Amino acid sequence: MVIVEFLIKLSQGFGIGALALATGLLFGGIGRKIMARIQRRYGPPFTQNFMDLFKLLSKGSVSHGWAFDLGLVAGFAPMLAALMFLPIGPFTLLPSDSSLIMIVYLMMMAYLGMAMGVLASGNPNSAIGMSRALMLMVGYEVPFAAVIFSVYLFSKTGYLTQIVTQQAGGFMNWNIVKMPLGFLATEIALQGMLGEKPFDQAIAPAEIASGPMVELGGKYLGFGMIQHSVGLFLETGIVVDLFLGGAPNFWIFIAKQFVLYFIVILVDAILPRLRIHEATSFFWKLPLFLGILQAVIVIIQGGVLNV
Amino acid sequence: MSEWTEIVDYFRGRSMWMLHYCTGCGAIELPPTMTSRWDMERFGITPMATPRQADILLITGYLAIKTLKRVIYTYEQMQAPKWVLGFGSCTINGGIYWDSYNVIERLDKYIPVDIYIAGCMPRPEAILDAFVKLKEMVQMGEAKGYEKYVKNYDWYKANQDKVLKRTSPVLKEIEKVTKIG
Ligand code: SF4
Repeated sequence: MVIVEFLIKLSQGFGIGALALATGLLFGGIGRKIMARIQRRYGPPFTQNFMDLFKLLSKGSVSHGWAFDLGLVAGFAPMLAALMFLPIGPFTLLPSDSSLIMIVYLMMMAYLGMAMGVLASGNPNSAIGMSRALMLMVGYEVPFAAVIFSVYLFSKTGYLTQIVTQQAGGFMNWNIVKMPLGFLATEIALQGMLGEKPFDQAIAPAEIASGPMVELGGKYLGFGMIQHSVGLFLETGIVVDLFLGGAPNFWIFIAKQFVLYFIVILVDAILPRLRIHEATSFFWKLPLFLGILQAVIVIIQGGVLNV
Repeated sequence: MSEWTEIVDYFRGRSMWMLHYCTGCGAIELPPTMTSRWDMERFGITPMATPRQADILLITGYLAIKTLKRVIYTYEQMQAPKWVLGFGSCTINGGIYWDSYNVIERLDKYIPVDIYIAGCMPRPEAILDAFVKLKEMVQMGEAKGYEKYVKNYDWYKANQDKVLKRTSPVLKEIEKVTKIG
């Protein structure tokens, strides 16, 4: 019986992975279309990302040693693992009472794995790109940690499903209403997580030849694209669960994710790229201030309510 | 099996990433081709940053012998289904540089060219026309320049060596001559 249950979980896990990939690719394609319309172009069809991925996987490719191969897998596996803890609509594959910390931790692991892989290629551009990506991570993880801290204090649990159920019962119960400053900080951090302008220093194509991806070709680049798409699903998904009250079903979940991604795209369309130290110090100023302010407010509120 | 190849070819034609090697004057026609006016992204063609990621190598114009060497490196770094577009009359017969001492005349003696775009310089319409033509050729399974290169490598290599020989330093004891003081 245990075996059967395990097999069911396994197939569900693969299903979630495929679903996240498809959603991420679709979002990417729609994002390209929106961007094109903002620039008054016609733009590619919204299925373009699927075709790109198919083509990449059908191309030949060169490896740069075992650390390169392993790094890509190590970059993708934590993302997939983090998905298993994420409440997608009403469904969570592996309910765990510390799922919030688990997801944040695994998301960081994914970047470190990717760093190992692309640095093994030995290309100086990928080293620069990766150092920028990690710098940026140091930037946005700090305000994000402050936000997570305030969510913890507010909901008194790290169990994402419970955080979602606490927000049930209409818009006024959502954390976005209760913790607007925290949401703002998260939204800015999300821009950095997704690597969209003004925080796209890591993959500056005209400057450091697309940074970490510089030596990825063919199937490896396809793998990178899969990783990016799943990451897109994961990172918008966690914000939906934290602030937008989760969702009663999968479609509403995706719709909420898309709203977040749409904001990201709009910001991406109008802002230029910052320099890396400007980006990091920006994250440590406004979003961090907002995050800490939110935590203080939550602490004070809690104190008043408990009295 | 052949159905599978057809499907693969179809998607390859719908998604071509381009590396533009802008040595000649032709580079100036690419920004309007990419941006709002002509918008080549609607055909699934996007500029890429490195040869590893690219499918199309676009050679815009004349190639000095030294740049030819870099083009060959670049071409050989690209991954298997790859196509070359020769852009402008300079790649076809030398164009206005036909009698220059350090510019190559015919690009396809050195790397296999799938499509030439004639003109000095071609307009963005011509470039888009070439892209659409290339897409058709790829989907019909006709654009096989990269296989030709592998099959006739001896011939290409001999041609390359013949001109690249001329890039070696002319002066014999170069350190002695350039030493200061
Ligand atoms: S073909 Fe004409 S426009 Fe193009 S590189 Fe040669 S001289 Fe310049």
